[in-house]
Amino acid sequence: MTSADLTLVLPEILLSVYAMVMLLVAVYTSKDGLASTLVWMTAGVMIALAAYIGINGEGAKPAFNGMLMIDGFARFAKVTILLSAAVVLIMSEGYMKARDLLRFEYPLLVALSAVGMMVMVSAADLMALYMGLELQSLALYVVASLRRESAKSTEAGLKYFVLGALSSGLLLYGASLVYGYAGTTLFSGIIQTAQAGEVSLGLLFGLVFLMAGMAFKVSAVPFHMWTPDVYEGSPTPVTAFFATAPKVAAMALFARVLHDAFGNAVSDWSQIVALLSVLSMFLGAVAAIGQTNIKRLMAFSSIAHMGYALMGLAAGTVLGVQAMLIYMAIYVTMNIGTFAFILLMQKDGQPVTEISSLNMYAKREPGKALAMLVLLFSLAGVPPMLGFFGKFYVLRAAYEAGLAWLAIAGVIASVIGAYYYLRIVFFMYFGDDSEDGLDKGGAPILSGLLLASAAIMILGIVNMFGVETAAAAAAAVLVN
Amino acid sequence: MDNLLSMVTFLPALAALIMAVWLRGDDEFANRNARWLAMGATTATFLVSLFILAQFDPNDTGFQFVEEREWLLGLQYKMGVDGISVLFVMLTTFMMPLVIAASWNVTTRVKEYMIAFLLLETLMLGVFMALDLVLFYLFFEAGLIPMFLIIGIWGGANRIYASFKFFLYTFLGSVLMLVAMVGMFADAGTTDIEVLMNHEFAFETFPVLGIQIVGGMQTLLFLAFFASFAVKMPMWPVHTWLPDAHVQAPTAGSVVLAAILLKLGGYGFIRFCLPMFPVGSEVMTPLVLWMSAIAIVYTSLVALVQEDMKKLIAYSSVAHMGFVTMGIFAANQQGVDGAIFQMISHGFISGALFLCVGVIYDRMHTRDIDAYGGLVTRMPAYALIFMLFTMANVGLPGTSGFVGEFLTLMAVFQVNTWVAAVATTGVIFSAAYALWLYRRVVMGDLIKESLRSITDMTPRERWIFAPLVVMTLLLGVYPGLVLDITGPAVANLVSNYDTALAAAEAASQLASN
Repeated sequence: MTSADLTLVLPEILLSVYAMVMLLVAVYTSKDGLASTLVWMTAGVMIALAAYIGINGEGAKPAFNGMLMIDGFARFAKVTILLSAAVVLIMSEGYMKARDLLRFEYPLLVALSAVGMMVMVSAADLMALYMGLELQSLALYVVASLRRESAKSTEAGLKYFVLGALSSGLLLYGASLVYGYAGTTLFSGIIQTAQAGEVSLGLLFGLVFLMAGMAFKVSAVPFHMWTPDVYEGSPTPVTAFFATAPKVAAMALFARVLHDAFGNAVSDWSQIVALLSVLSMFLGAVAAIGQTNIKRLMAFSSIAHMGYALMGLAAGTVLGVQAMLIYMAIYVTMNIGTFAFILLMQKDGQPVTEISSLNMYAKREPGKALAMLVLLFSLAGVPPMLGFFGKFYVLRAAYEAGLAWLAIAGVIASVIGAYYYLRIVFFMYFGDDSEDGLDKGGAPILSGLLLASAAIMILGIVNMFGVETAAAAAAAVLVN
Repeated sequence: MDNLLSMVTFLPALAALIMAVWLRGDDEFANRNARWLAMGATTATFLVSLFILAQFDPNDTGFQFVEEREWLLGLQYKMGVDGISVLFVMLTTFMMPLVIAASWNVTTRVKEYMIAFLLLETLMLGVFMALDLVLFYLFFEAGLIPMFLIIGIWGGANRIYASFKFFLYTFLGSVLMLVAMVGMFADAGTTDIEVLMNHEFAFETFPVLGIQIVGGMQTLLFLAFFASFAVKMPMWPVHTWLPDAHVQAPTAGSVVLAAILLKLGGYGFIRFCLPMFPVGSEVMTPLVLWMSAIAIVYTSLVALVQEDMKKLIAYSSVAHMGFVTMGIFAANQQGVDGAIFQMISHGFISGALFLCVGVIYDRMHTRDIDAYGGLVTRMPAYALIFMLFTMANVGLPGTSGFVGEFLTLMAVFQVNTWVAAVATTGVIFSAAYALWLYRRVVMGDLIKESLRSITDMTPRERWIFAPLVVMTLLLGVYPGLVLDITGPAVANLVSNYDTALAAAEAASQLASN
């Protein structure tokens, strides 16, 4: 372990040290009284680190004898993760404080899970991968059950934990098989053994188990069962967090393992990913139709979106990875706006999540309703919103990789999916006039985020704020 | 002026933005401002678009006023017009001020209403000008959003069903086109429409799921585009969304739908299917021709039994669009010229007919044909105007309706006599339903108690009809106004089509020898 290695993982170290020191400080001083400050501080630290990672660092550098790989791909994912986590923290503060949910552990647990995610996306070894994944997951289990007195929240936490442990088991089992047949846990070693057409059966089993574990983390069908319950049971800001940063991390990890460790055997995993993708798109589209709770609806929506991101991955090409990264960046931005909107949904100060409560929202809050309209059409992939371009990228990647059937399945699923987004529009705009609507106003931070996210969806079509080139560079590093 | 087209396209959107950001409140004062701002913006757009027409050179068969900029993912922002699209641009800018004027009596959420129509205008203009596949798709699809809201918010009693059906139906049609576009992008390496027109897509027969696809890739691409445009046109049997949408939409929404949105499909056929997939078009021509003939006869018969005026006119629109597809796929000079002419003329006529319905709907709040009768005694001016457009709808010589029908029938007669024979019966049916509608609504004695106090058209309403009357008669007696502009571009299109087919024929013979 040299100082060069330590410099490479400086952001991770700083964030962990920060989290642990602040934990001690808070415990020995005013505990929850410090919570608000900590939220802002943590968000600030994350944004600073994101800026540091974004500006510093060039090329691909292995650290700790190849256990970690700090490259453009990892940097892209880390910046996305840190920024989205910071924004979600900022979003949570007012809401949680008003409901007496704001514990000082919350921002620090989010920070620790962010450290886990950062390790995940730069892992170049099965052990490092597992360490990152578990650090992330353990923190998430706790925040899911943050609302201790609520049965639903504790249920969400427990469910998440039990199923998460199961998936970790699957993943570990796969990792042990891979280790057994490849003789190493380093991706750089595995890729030598896993050559196309001559992947041994044991290695293939290992790969499938690894993918099952990762599919659980991205909540791809058929490993999605936990998602709706956890989304519904967790406090809404926590749900917003689940829907954003961890999804990016898990998707990036997925791409990292498939390309760095099994990049020479694309044909062996491409079909599996394509299957996960098509199942997720259709289940996400169909199952959301009957939902009356907007958080459950967003859970199915995120399952469907993961399906589209996986479509890019299924292509197994540079363009595919680039498409996936762009899709995830757009997805995260849309979800932040949408969850800001959900946090704004209140009646007499109490949060509501019934879709029908939005009746005639457009009349009471035309600006916010319009912003939400933009986001909904963007989620549905209707041009000219940015969400359409995300879909266009993955469709193109899939088509060029010879997966035309997947592209066709994807667009058909998007039509089915459009129905439930339109249903929300229907309630906001077409409903009957009633006095009994949601509260007006709301936290300016949330309104600001909602409007900003909607504005990005429209203005982004000019040049995507340069994300396109960054993603292209990141993808080129990963796939060679 | 290098960016005349962008100016015309985005002028309404700019007005919509100004309205959204600065116009506050919903009192009568704000509503009046919204109306006048929308009126000003659409009129200004029309005036600026006159520059396009003035500087347009019909003898240049290429694209004019071309603007080109780099965009995302190797796409480009490229706009331009040629002899085929320029008149659709003019039709759109011409109709929009009338549409706004026709909505003067809207009182609910006026600001949002005007914003929706202004955005819709931008998107429709963009469709006709876009010279990049994805840019075209973007405008084409985005138009669904304002129309969905227009039907859903300001529509009639059953508006929810109609708006959802409209959106999902057309969305399903166009996503397949999106996949085809991705395929074309992959195949040709560009999305530039100008380049793609000269790109030869593969037409060797190959099997898909065990079925031999004659015309290969071209046929598949054709079918994907066809799915989108046939729904948009709409062609029988995928026309069922149109009567619902028309009946439930507010008057102005119906006018835009009939006059402009339906033309997107026909324009798409001429812009994409014929020049880019000549072999695919050739393979599918018999199917399309027969579908058109069936559409003409079937929807005319359906129109005959309608009890709702708007529904009747909606079915008559489907029948008239049948002439358009028939003309396009006859693929000769008269056919394509006639199809374009028919679309332009139908824009004026059907727009006017929906306005006619709007006039009495505003007074009586019903569209039931049975609720009317003998209007001529109380509303002579209305009776006259309604008669003119009924006759134009029937295709009486001297009105613009005649020219388009005659040209397309003549064209298809050269290609397939049977189709022409069947389609011609549709002309008789159209006379039957249109005249019968007129008789039931306008003629006879005024026996309905509720109609005793109905008033004739206001000056505002008369002024809205004036330009439409002028255009219908002018094009009827001097069709050269349209045909001189479209002629050279269409001649070029048809000769390219024939050349491509001959080349394909030669290639396949070479392969079989």
